[in-house]
Amino acid sequence: MDGLTVDPTPTDWGSNDMRKRIARRYRSEKRFRAVGFAAIATSVGFLAFLLITMMSNGLAGFVETRIEVPIDFPKSSLFLDPASLKGDGARAALAAADIEGSVAEAAEARFGPGGANLVSEAAWLRVRDLIAENPALLEGKSIFSLPVSGDFDLAAKGDAPPPVEARYARLKSEGAISRGFNFGFMSGSDATDPAAVGIWGAFKGSLLTMIVTIVLAFPIGVFSALYLEEYAPRNRWTDLIEVSINNLAAVPSIIFGLLGLAVFLNFMHLPRSAPLVGGLTLALMTMPVIVIAGRNAIKSVPPSVRDAALGVGASPVQVVFHHVLPLALPGILTGTIIGMARALGETAPLLMIGMRAFIATPPGGISEPATVLPVQIFLWSDEVSHGFIEKTSAAIIVLLLFLLAMNGLAIYLRNKFERTW
Amino acid sequence: MPGFALLFLLAGLGLIAWLSARARAVVLGKGEGLRLHSVPAYHGWYVALWALVPALLFLAIWQMIAPGLVTDSVLSSPAAAALPADAMSRSAILEEARALASGELAGAFNPQSESLAPAFASAGRYYGWMGTALALLLAFAGGAFAWTRLRRDFRARNKVERVVMIVLLTASLIAILTTLGIVLSLLFESLRFFSRVSPLEFLFGLTWSPQTAIRADQAGSSGAFGAVPLFWGTIFIGAIIAMIVAIPLGLMSAIYLTQYAHKTARALLKPMLEMLAGIPTVVYGYFAALTLAPWVRSLGVALGIPSSSESALAAGLVMGVMIIPFVSSMADDSIAAVPQSMRDGSLALGATTSETIRKVLVPAALPGVVGGVLLAVSRAIGETMIVVMAAGLAANLTANPFDSVTTVTAQIVQLLTGDQEFDSAKTLAAFALGLVLFLITLLLNVVALRVVKKYREAYE
Amino acid sequence: MEAPAVEGAEAAPQAPSLKMRASGVSVWYGAKKAVDNVSIDITTENVTAFIGPSGCGKSTFLRALNRMNDTIPSARTEGLIELEGEDIYGSAMDVVQLRARVGMVFQKPNPFPKSIFENVAYGPRIHGLAKDKTELEEMVERSLKRAGLWDEVKDRLTESGTALSGGQQQRLCIARAIAVDPEVILMDEPASALDPIATARIEELIHDLRGRYAIVIVTHNMQQAARVSQRTAFFHLGELIEYGETSQIFTNPRVPRTKDYITGRYG
Repeated sequence: MDGLTVDPTPTDWGSNDMRKRIARRYRSEKRFRAVGFAAIATSVGFLAFLLITMMSNGLAGFVETRIEVPIDFPKSSLFLDPASLKGDGARAALAAADIEGSVAEAAEARFGPGGANLVSEAAWLRVRDLIAENPALLEGKSIFSLPVSGDFDLAAKGDAPPPVEARYARLKSEGAISRGFNFGFMSGSDATDPAAVGIWGAFKGSLLTMIVTIVLAFPIGVFSALYLEEYAPRNRWTDLIEVSINNLAAVPSIIFGLLGLAVFLNFMHLPRSAPLVGGLTLALMTMPVIVIAGRNAIKSVPPSVRDAALGVGASPVQVVFHHVLPLALPGILTGTIIGMARALGETAPLLMIGMRAFIATPPGGISEPATVLPVQIFLWSDEVSHGFIEKTSAAIIVLLLFLLAMNGLAIYLRNKFERTW
Repeated sequence: MPGFALLFLLAGLGLIAWLSARARAVVLGKGEGLRLHSVPAYHGWYVALWALVPALLFLAIWQMIAPGLVTDSVLSSPAAAALPADAMSRSAILEEARALASGELAGAFNPQSESLAPAFASAGRYYGWMGTALALLLAFAGGAFAWTRLRRDFRARNKVERVVMIVLLTASLIAILTTLGIVLSLLFESLRFFSRVSPLEFLFGLTWSPQTAIRADQAGSSGAFGAVPLFWGTIFIGAIIAMIVAIPLGLMSAIYLTQYAHKTARALLKPMLEMLAGIPTVVYGYFAALTLAPWVRSLGVALGIPSSSESALAAGLVMGVMIIPFVSSMADDSIAAVPQSMRDGSLALGATTSETIRKVLVPAALPGVVGGVLLAVSRAIGETMIVVMAAGLAANLTANPFDSVTTVTAQIVQLLTGDQEFDSAKTLAAFALGLVLFLITLLLNVVALRVVKKYREAYE
Repeated sequence: MEAPAVEGAEAAPQAPSLKMRASGVSVWYGAKKAVDNVSIDITTENVTAFIGPSGCGKSTFLRALNRMNDTIPSARTEGLIELEGEDIYGSAMDVVQLRARVGMVFQKPNPFPKSIFENVAYGPRIHGLAKDKTELEEMVERSLKRAGLWDEVKDRLTESGTALSGGQQQRLCIARAIAVDPEVILMDEPASALDPIATARIEELIHDLRGRYAIVIVTHNMQQAARVSQRTAFFHLGELIEYGETSQIFTNPRVPRTKDYITGRYG
């Protein structure tokens, strides 16, 4: 049987060479395992580093520095009769009065030359709101705690030139400085002064855009999934639809932006920068995600359910809408939420359709100019002023929290409703 | 009548149609041994659909033709006689008058439009009421027609179900329409671009400087559209630097998670790895530009390599990290698809786990991993925000990773933002770049999916 | 009954000597006891067959003999298994060496998706058994010859091992196991996935290899056990019911349960 004349001597596993070899192999095993661990540790470490960087930069963005400015209205140049603030004319009267000027005047009087630059450009709005609430303020002298300007705010963080720092320290020892939660950041919109910016405008833009997206993408996605999985005949058209959907899911998002620009703006003349167009564009992008998730969910409903329903005389449409769809719904919803989370973080296609304008008021509807959170982050990241760094990071924290919540909800839904047949 | 009120009214009519038809069907079904073919609710749906669908379709068409009708009637009004003959200023005045009449504008720039505004307003009202009346008429007519067809043996269910099927089919056709829309809009604009710039120059030219002249005597005003530096930058960042980061880290992470990690560690680490894929790209871009780029620059300076504040390396590194979960999940799937018997066969010969992985599992899973890497490359080269924020806009043809390069996507953003007239070669170039990007990602995806599919079949 | 003389065996048959000894071995999968207190001796010059109904623990016990159960996280082994007097679960025993000395052939042929040559060369390569390429080629050739596959594949050694027929794949797997020159070969139903002709070739091969290696074969096919083995162990519900000369087990079982199984009362 053995064709070779030389019969090998049995391997001596105990020999010195063999022992060394085995030890070497075990070392390489350990090394390989360590490399694997290092790889995952690097990846997760990067995630942690990114989050920590954003946190440490951004948490300060939620805090504002306030300075106490005494304003003596009767003595100021402000001409505003408290009586005019009652009744219908109140808003017009407030709009006509130069409150901004008197705040600047009071700041100069209190802090000396350049004092007006210490308070935020949006500070007078706060004074105006307080007056509107309580016109009696106009009759005497009162102290207003107003947000400081972005430049002066840096001094509070030890990040300003020495003279500004010194001034800050002096005012602080006088007790004129306080710090607190920045409500303005949660309720404001874009501004040129980093101390005055807020994310509400961008957030509302995101919200309106997402509403348009889900209203369009969800029904279309679910209906397509149902058609393809339950009714579509096997033919060339069906193949074409499937190929289209699979490819759309992999098309770079910026291409959808080009589509939106060419079709919705230049061909259909829909309003530029509007949540309507943003939502349409993102809906086309999200729809394939929903279709693919929906088809998987529908596929996992066992045929026995369909057979049972057909067996008692239900029509194919009744089978699907009474039995298959309710059973597949949790899976479809999970996929939808994940698709929406991706759409919420999307920036590039929205830049293409002009949602990058400076928008200082929250949009009133889906056809008004708006921006969205990720685009706002992009715009702020481009600002030269140093105070925008913490605001950008703070906006990122808000965005990440929302994404985390959405993904958490998706995982919860999946765990709660996941069933094995 | 305002749009919302009309829709509300129509919805109310639909509800009434549904309820009354259902009640009628219940009456029809009463009697000895008589049975309705369809349950009453289907009769309700049948009549409601007849009442609503034609009216809504009419409204949609009316929305499109009504502005034209309004304009026509304004033009035939006496106030329009004074309009200038020049088409451009004429349409500007008409547009302003329209905005004035609808209340979008508070005051007019051109006094002529002021005089036309009342004509616009009255014509708008006239056609608005006409549309409303026609829609309501259609709703009643449709509902009445359907009502007359209700009978005991009427197959209402089949009719309603046919409508449902049409709706489902239409929904699934939207995917084809979207694909068609992408292809056509890219092709159409690209053809216009290539009528001005030769495709050969675009595909093989080495100079990219899309600034077209504002004044003829400006330097470099001609505009050069050689896209090779862009293609190189895209490949350099997306297919080289990012992959140097993502392939080893992704593959080794997948190997560690599937072959070595304890169950609890895996349950903890895997979602964390996947979180990397869920972070918006604008956040990565910000991180790359703000934190990583200065480090990369000082590293380059320390090494004595010419460095710029925006670098291919910073963008590529971050993009690589973004792609890690993508590579790792593809590798995970591919390795899991290798039959357990391979692993057993190798271990039974006395191979260590790492020898089994390196010499049996990974080679066996290679086609799947390669497919995954191709998909990852396709995603990396289509990525926009990271390169816009961190890679820069200088179209350098350089292999120095510390230098600034630009990519196809970054240039698309650059070309289309800012105030540009839509017809300039500069804006059209963005669509040509988009077409190239679309075709290349499409090709990568098709090849990758085919490779992965073949591989899956091999083990089934 | 004495085994028939091995035709073509190069070495004269020697007296069987003890190769492996298991005493009081139990294996758990989680809380489930799959093998219960089994003691058995494996000798050279013999083919030992494990028979019994499916789920009786025979395969599990086989996998305990080269510690393949270690790859299943929930598996736990108790008792003593010795190879040439060494405790294979002891700290002095290296599992990598153990598996080289106690080779294994699986139920379903599992060639690697590599060339035929690389399949056979895999073991010698990882263990560093060949000094140079010529020696490696000799080893591959010798192993393929012993596995009776050489003549069929010698002209296409670079082709993929997965392109062979099922029976050839299984002989390739046997060649792969032989290439590291093991002392014991464990075969887990090696012919159950093959057609009758391929099965006959495998049985012939086992017969030929008997003189050189101690062979343990798990089979659910009693005719096969009777044909290829000299000693037979009957397992039932995780216990070793009876162990003895194959002729005795099949003609004159001492335990009634063995007799019931042999005569087809259950199984």
